[in-house]
Amino acid sequence: MADVTHHPALAHQFDSLAQQSEATTLGMWVFLVTEVLFFGGLFATYAIYRSWYPDAFAAASHELDVTLGAINTVVLITSSLTMALAVHAAQLGQRRVLMMFLVVTMILGAAFLGIKSVEYYRKFIEHHIPGPSFEFEKAHARHAQIFFSLYFVMTGLHAVHMVIGIGIMLVMLWLAWRGTITDEYYSPIEISGLYWHFVDIVWIFLFPLLYLIGRHAH
Amino acid sequence: MSTGTVFMPTRHYLNDGYGIRSWLLTRDHKRIALLYLAAVTLFFFVGGAFAVLIRLELATPAGDFVSDETYNKLFTMHGVMMVFFFLIPSIPATLGNFLVPIMIGAKDLALPKLNLASWYIYILGGLFTLYALIAGGVDTGWTFYTPFSTVSSTTNVIPTALGIFITGFSSILTGLNFIVTIHRMRAPGMTWFRMPLFLWSMYATSLIMVLGTPVLAITILLVAVERLFHFGFFDPRLGGDPVLFQHLFWFYSHPAVYIMVLPSMGVVSELVAAFCRKQVFGYGFVAFASVAIAVLGFLVWGHHMFVAGQSVYSALIFSALSFLVAIPSAVKVFNWTATMYKGSVSWQTPMLYAIGFIGLFTIGGLTGLFLASVGLDVHVTDTYFIIAHFHYIMVGGTLMGYLGGLHYWWPKISGRLYNEFLAKLSAGIIFLGFNLTFFPQFILGYLGMPRRYHAYPPEFQVLNVLSSAGASILGVGYLIPMLYLMWSLRYGKLAGSNPWGAVGLEWTTTSPPPTENFAEPPVVTWDAYDYEAQVTVES
Repeated sequence: MADVTHHPALAHQFDSLAQQSEATTLGMWVFLVTEVLFFGGLFATYAIYRSWYPDAFAAASHELDVTLGAINTVVLITSSLTMALAVHAAQLGQRRVLMMFLVVTMILGAAFLGIKSVEYYRKFIEHHIPGPSFEFEKAHARHAQIFFSLYFVMTGLHAVHMVIGIGIMLVMLWLAWRGTITDEYYSPIEISGLYWHFVDIVWIFLFPLLYLIGRHAH
Repeated sequence: MSTGTVFMPTRHYLNDGYGIRSWLLTRDHKRIALLYLAAVTLFFFVGGAFAVLIRLELATPAGDFVSDETYNKLFTMHGVMMVFFFLIPSIPATLGNFLVPIMIGAKDLALPKLNLASWYIYILGGLFTLYALIAGGVDTGWTFYTPFSTVSSTTNVIPTALGIFITGFSSILTGLNFIVTIHRMRAPGMTWFRMPLFLWSMYATSLIMVLGTPVLAITILLVAVERLFHFGFFDPRLGGDPVLFQHLFWFYSHPAVYIMVLPSMGVVSELVAAFCRKQVFGYGFVAFASVAIAVLGFLVWGHHMFVAGQSVYSALIFSALSFLVAIPSAVKVFNWTATMYKGSVSWQTPMLYAIGFIGLFTIGGLTGLFLASVGLDVHVTDTYFIIAHFHYIMVGGTLMGYLGGLHYWWPKISGRLYNEFLAKLSAGIIFLGFNLTFFPQFILGYLGMPRRYHAYPPEFQVLNVLSSAGASILGVGYLIPMLYLMWSLRYGKLAGSNPWGAVGLEWTTTSPPPTENFAEPPVVTWDAYDYEAQVTVES
């Protein structure tokens, strides 16, 4: 074998960088399928309880802050844009631009989490956290509690994924900084981008399902 | 056929580094397979110890050996250990890990670091579960039915659930790695329809692991959240629905049965071809039957809830779909039998296990049809009939295939041959012990003995004593292979590259194989199981 052409990032089990990048990309897609099923269990639970208790879900949904939710949606979509621009910069081998967009993506992700914790804090003050101290002044208190249980688990798991995403971005930033990422070898950035966009898409479903139900009646 | 000169290669994966680090930090799929083999064997014997205690208690009608509460913990820990820590990883993580790259002519799995990580995740999950065991055990049954698991039980539900949650990720990562590897790492000429059937079954198994396991993960997480924070998901007092838990749980746990049995079916296809020296009859049918079982397996979970307040209509649909799974399963059984027909069958140990598998799986599968019939199922639900049925699938099926595969590839893994006489003897002991243990349970169940009780009416004693006696024979049968396989590592005769005269890429490389599996990257120009061509060339 001609070791002259052997790229330092090429792992021993692969024949070429193209094969390696195809394999890791496929791996990430398969992982995202797993994630769809993971969140899918929650969405199925949501669908069943909402179809049983539509009024309770609408009443509970009105307790959420649509403005903050909408701002967060914009923040997250923007972060997906900067992530896409980061991948583009990586493909062109623009190291500084890549690092800048990774940092912006992380800042937007952190902003999302910040706004989310403000929302959580308010729910805590309002006793909307399910459990013994749960309070709900309107009708359907018992079933509204299921809504809030789902709200916290779904957005909570989404937030956990965001935190992991920011961690991944830190690693990517480090890889870019020490020059591992080049216009020949950028699949780590690409598959991190896939993950980031996926987490984004989950939110695109969560936002209307949690914040916007029953709005048309008002 | 000639097997060439028998020699031990000077460099192979076992002598490529000796220290503890060379094992614990290895990226070599073959070494990781052996790490899994050690861990899986440990958990098998832990789970087996619980089975021994269960059968001891059931030897007499009175609940005199352990208390009812202890008994609840015994069958729970037996189920948890065997299902999540032995049966599910058994063949994929050991034989699959070892063979998938070699059978497609690759140097390693596509993602070796992830492969090692999956082993550590498995061990971490195992430690959590062992902790739960030492800290006093858990008594919910391996099924964790709510609201008992979330509200009533005072035992270690959370650590056990966490252990299973963590181990699930090792299963997901193994499946992911196999899918990527089979898609992207096949040697030149190794087309999908030239792949050995073991790979088709591994691929189908991986699909279930990747699609099913995350649903179990989220279900367990919801149980933990409900138990810890009193969020209402399944607790009826909070407006939740306990049957929803059963739906989510069985959406994974029924396909999980196919995670256990599909790999064994793959092994049996290899064994039947090798020991009948024939192309597997209807290769395409057997290959697609694996995929069909994986797909249909996701559509039958409702048959676990015929008595749980499911509507009549959904029960009927789930019943019909469950009957459908019998079709691809039967296709496989018929095709193996047709392969044996007029084949030159040699009765070596792996073939004994393969034949054992076919017989026992047939009984397990046909009694499954009893359970898929709504009316009959009502009669036998939660009786020993169920216990007997799924042990015929899981032990008679999965374990037979696992042991058959282990014996078949042991010369490849270790480079040495085991004692054939002892191996045949223990295969016979296991077959007899197995049937003596579990066949009486069909009758017990039909007569109405419920599962999960530590005491029973005296008229059931004869059958229970037979079952306990069978279990002790079965236990001996499992210990013998442990001993002679260990013995062979040092004293066994050298195996040579191809002791069985089988075809397949794994038999073209040395035993044990070198670290990157092949001296020269193979190019494939033949179909799987091309024994006819081999005969033509030699005559």
